[in-house]
Amino acid sequence: MSGVLSGSGRLFRLALRRDWVRMLVWVASLGLGTAAIALTFIEIYSTAEAKQAIIVTMASPAGLAFTGPAHYLSDYNDGSILSHQLLGFTAILIGIMSVLFVVRHTRTEEEAGRAELVRANPVGRYAHLASALLLTGVANVALAALLAVLLPLTGITALTWTGSLIFGAAHVAVGLTFAGVAAVTAQLTQSSRGANGLGIAAVGGAYLLRASGDAAQSDLSWASPIGWAQQSFPYLENRWWPLALNLLAFVALSALSMALSARRDLGSGMRAPRRGRASATSMLRTPLGLTLRLHRGMLLGFAIGLGLLGMSYGPFLGDIETEFSDISFIDETLTAIGGETLIDAFLTMLMTIIAVVAGVYGVMAVLRARSEETSGRGEQVLGTLQSRTTFLANHVIVAVVGSAAIILLAAALLGVTGQPTVDQPVIGKALVAAVIHIPAMWVLIGVATALVGWAPRATVLAWALLGYAGFVGYLGRFLQLPEWAGRLSPFSWLPGYPAEELTVLPLIVLTLVAAGLIALGIVGFRRRDLDTA
Amino acid sequence: MSAAITTRGLVKTFGPTRALDGLDLEVDQGVVHGFLGPNGAGKSTAIRVFLGILRATAGEARILGKDPWHDAVDLHHRLAYVPGDVELWPNLTGGEAIDVLGRLRGGLQDKRRAELIERFDLDPTKKGRTYSKGNRQKVAIIAALSSGADLFLLDEPTAGLDPLMEVVFQDVVRELKSQGKTVLLSSHILAQVERLSDTISIIRRGVIVQSGTLLQMRHLNRTHVEVRTHRPVDDLHTLPGLHDLRREHGAWVFAVDPEHLDATMSHLSGHGIDTLTSNPPTLEELMLRHYGDELSHEHLGEARRA
Ligand SMILES: Nc1ncnc2c1ncn2[C@@H]1O[C@H](COP(=O)(O)OP(=O)(O)O)[C@@H](O)[C@H]1O
Ligand SMILES: [Mg+2]
Repeated sequence: MSGVLSGSGRLFRLALRRDWVRMLVWVASLGLGTAAIALTFIEIYSTAEAKQAIIVTMASPAGLAFTGPAHYLSDYNDGSILSHQLLGFTAILIGIMSVLFVVRHTRTEEEAGRAELVRANPVGRYAHLASALLLTGVANVALAALLAVLLPLTGITALTWTGSLIFGAAHVAVGLTFAGVAAVTAQLTQSSRGANGLGIAAVGGAYLLRASGDAAQSDLSWASPIGWAQQSFPYLENRWWPLALNLLAFVALSALSMALSARRDLGSGMRAPRRGRASATSMLRTPLGLTLRLHRGMLLGFAIGLGLLGMSYGPFLGDIETEFSDISFIDETLTAIGGETLIDAFLTMLMTIIAVVAGVYGVMAVLRARSEETSGRGEQVLGTLQSRTTFLANHVIVAVVGSAAIILLAAALLGVTGQPTVDQPVIGKALVAAVIHIPAMWVLIGVATALVGWAPRATVLAWALLGYAGFVGYLGRFLQLPEWAGRLSPFSWLPGYPAEELTVLPLIVLTLVAAGLIALGIVGFRRRDLDTA
Repeated sequence: MSAAITTRGLVKTFGPTRALDGLDLEVDQGVVHGFLGPNGAGKSTAIRVFLGILRATAGEARILGKDPWHDAVDLHHRLAYVPGDVELWPNLTGGEAIDVLGRLRGGLQDKRRAELIERFDLDPTKKGRTYSKGNRQKVAIIAALSSGADLFLLDEPTAGLDPLMEVVFQDVVRELKSQGKTVLLSSHILAQVERLSDTISIIRRGVIVQSGTLLQMRHLNRTHVEVRTHRPVDDLHTLPGLHDLRREHGAWVFAVDPEHLDATMSHLSGHGIDTLTSNPPTLEELMLRHYGDELSHEHLGEARRA
């Protein structure tokens, strides 16, 4: 087979030309965000007592599950605090970034039919894959370079050049591994949505593996590419060799993806498409039925993912009760929001994270209306008797109901798997905590709907808000953000039940805000032009 | 002269669907070959196999003497393609898309590019997302035709073009032919194929059911006759090879098989022909015979022998 890589360089340049802004935004926000957090950490943990307190907090299964291996705690300096607490979280973002980039330049190109036009030229069979991997590699290396230079320049003495180089390299390692994963998932599924979904599920799976492994201090973390990266212990051991595992995985997965791509037709997945029904069921004939059908796969995927998340944290509830009971730091921070027991505080924190992930689903579900619109299918549907209100409202209804359903499912599973390990009743608490988060999640859905209605080109703002809410939910409590900064996240307005007393007023207000935003979005959607390309 | 495209028993399945079911196709170099068939007949599938972006399940295909799957990259230096559904990069202008596609080939003929943009009346400064189907198609046509390839695979290239542009397209294809290029032109629009093609193949359900020059095909098919005679004829129904016999406005109207044309005419002239109009079968009728009517096995067999 001659020239299977021909044209890769030209495709890479095309990809770079299309995506340099996107790349810059990812790299700059991850790089600068990390540097900013480093500067915040040094203030928070400036005293020996603060450092001691955080060590004690982190030396619990829950603390480790949220961060990384316990070995970091053996020397918790300004550098290892950063790499311990941040790398696991950033790894998720880098993983998602890499998956999105690879799929965007492989499966999406095929799905859109552009790959066919391109491949009719002297362009090799692997050129799309190679250029996508190269582009993603460049994005990751750029991030690593930025970190390796920026962090020592912060003036924090613990952030050494060597440590920062390893820290940056750990980011590339994770990014490359998930680029490889995405290269494979792009061969498996026929849709880019599916390839992205599988790829991001792999990122989530890797995170859960390392979370369970670190919490139990078992070798399970070694099954996770994120775990390998954390085993490099930047600013502590500065080990290179675990990163070689990531690199090996990248090479193996890339080779696998190319082998798979040679065994399939352009545009198809690994499985031949099944035949479907010749005519629509009576359910599918209703507008809501059609919408539900479009959302089915994604809803199921998120339900399974969040269900697993709930189940994997449940068993640790008991550990928290026993091991956290006399930690002073927890009293200062987590119980700063009030609360009776540590489990309550933990539940509150975990539910925020689950709610953010459910919010990801909600926003994606609303934006599905937008992608239906730009694909031209929306035009087709709206050309029938279906009104614009019904069209958008149906997607929003699925988002509103679906996101609430999956958060309740996750809470139920968390409660059920956690109950055997603790004395107090937690199932009910978890469910109530979930219910409380629903209105805030709906506000996110409302923001997305309003954007679809009034500023369809700016729907990325919904993601920005969600990302911010996730950031505040995950790290905000450690970071001691200023009051106003925390308040930008809709979740911060919730009563912190069960840690705090249950107040109903904020819930009503948030629900009304969400409803208002949704109504606003639908009004806007009725007034503006359809955007068919 | 060696053939530009040769296939033997080409099969392509998608799960349970047999898109190509033993396709035997032969296209000589330097001709415009019409590749005619209804929706879903397998035209696009066949062309994608010729491009090496689909892998044949069985059978053999040689394009310009090469294996399209294994020698795809080499082959693509000499081949240009216009897909039926052209999709462009939403953020690139049409002009940029033409250049991007050109650069993938290692360069375009700039003069030709400018000339074609002019002739097809394309605004190359608009973004891909704002183009209509027809304009996207123009972009792909211009990129393909500025390439200096020897073989052009055009998959329903004018489906989105207006009649004016279709005329431009026909002129351009004739120019290609005069330069000795080979063109495979797939279509379900009969008039287009009829006007441009030297040879034609008709594909149905993944099989070529007829192939040859337009003349040969006409010869193989029924002629439509409308005749008035001085003396009444009442025994036409006894003649062999006549179809759809009926009386209209005092004339006999029927279709006659080519092998019985001569005998029928002799019989009629015995009654003194007054007026006679005869129409060669159009491709429309060829198609109708193969796809529209319920096909009897006898007819299919007849077509295969062709
Ligand atoms: N990627 C594919 N997966 C499954 N079936 C396909 C695929 N491509 C084409 N087909 C099927 O193969 C048959 C031939 O399709 P196609 O070649 O597109 O026909 P044409 O171009 O003549 O309209 C159709 O039945 C079509 O549904
Ligand atoms: Mg077709």
